[in-house]
Amino acid sequence: MMKNLKPILLVEDDSVDAMTIKRALKELNVTNQLVHSVDGEQALEYLRADDNKKPCVILLDLNMPKMNGIEFLHAVKEDEKLKKTPVVVLTTSNEQNDITTSFRFSVAGYMVKPVDYKKFVEAIRAINLYWTLSELPNGD
Amino acid sequence: MGKSINNLRPILLIEDDTTDTITVKRSFDDLRIKNPLVCVDGGKKALEYLQDKKSKKPCVILLDLIMPEMNGIEFLRIVKSDDVLKTIPVVALTVSQQQQDKIESFKLGIAGYIIKPSDYEGFVKAIETINMYWNFSELPNLK
Repeated sequence: MMKNLKPILLVEDDSVDAMTIKRALKELNVTNQLVHSVDGEQALEYLRADDNKKPCVILLDLNMPKMNGIEFLHAVKEDEKLKKTPVVVLTTSNEQNDITTSFRFSVAGYMVKPVDYKKFVEAIRAINLYWTLSELPNGD
Repeated sequence: MGKSINNLRPILLIEDDTTDTITVKRSFDDLRIKNPLVCVDGGKKALEYLQDKKSKKPCVILLDLIMPEMNGIEFLRIVKSDDVLKTIPVVALTVSQQQQDKIESFKLGIAGYIIKPSDYEGFVKAIETINMYWNFSELPNLK
């Protein structure tokens, strides 16, 4: 993700998990700005505001109030402008249903949040390495 | 690649260039990746493989974009309109740096877009990163 100056959008209702992610990104020297939305609705508002910098990657929790991850995913993938942004699910759910549905909506990864902090950092590291290696769609 | 249930599922490489195919195979060997590598040289053969009930569905598809007959984007479009096949993550592994190809691929739901490194070491590193990432990721169970 370091290849560019675009922010990472984190859609996560749990403040402890959000802090853990921030800590991990810092530890890994990821310099992209982290934009944090606490639910799908807020995240969509952020994405739809023309003034806001479009994120390079969206990290998406599934279980959230108001608008959960799957609903958010559906909305994003229906939107001609937003659909090209890669979405990586980062959730506690390892339900087959959630996994299959997420991949039906073309998520670009599905990580179950490790309980152990060190393993959590490894997961974020893998995400960072992969999305630094991968090209990203430009043009907004 | 893929967690315990999925780790014997093959990886499907769709690549028309024989040298690049050999490079991928070599990388897999060097990295000791256990998943069988199924190589097809075009989109049509890939679809035949995927639609054959006897074939083991791959856990990940590595897709070259520039191919004769059916190019990668066309293949992607077809796979993503199939209710079962659409859940298999597809990663582009291509020389194309065209903005159009990137945008079109991501719009169609590609799960990564990697430019083939020109040196072997770089290539192995890329495959290593892809392998690590998809080991971390859950994958949909497919019959």
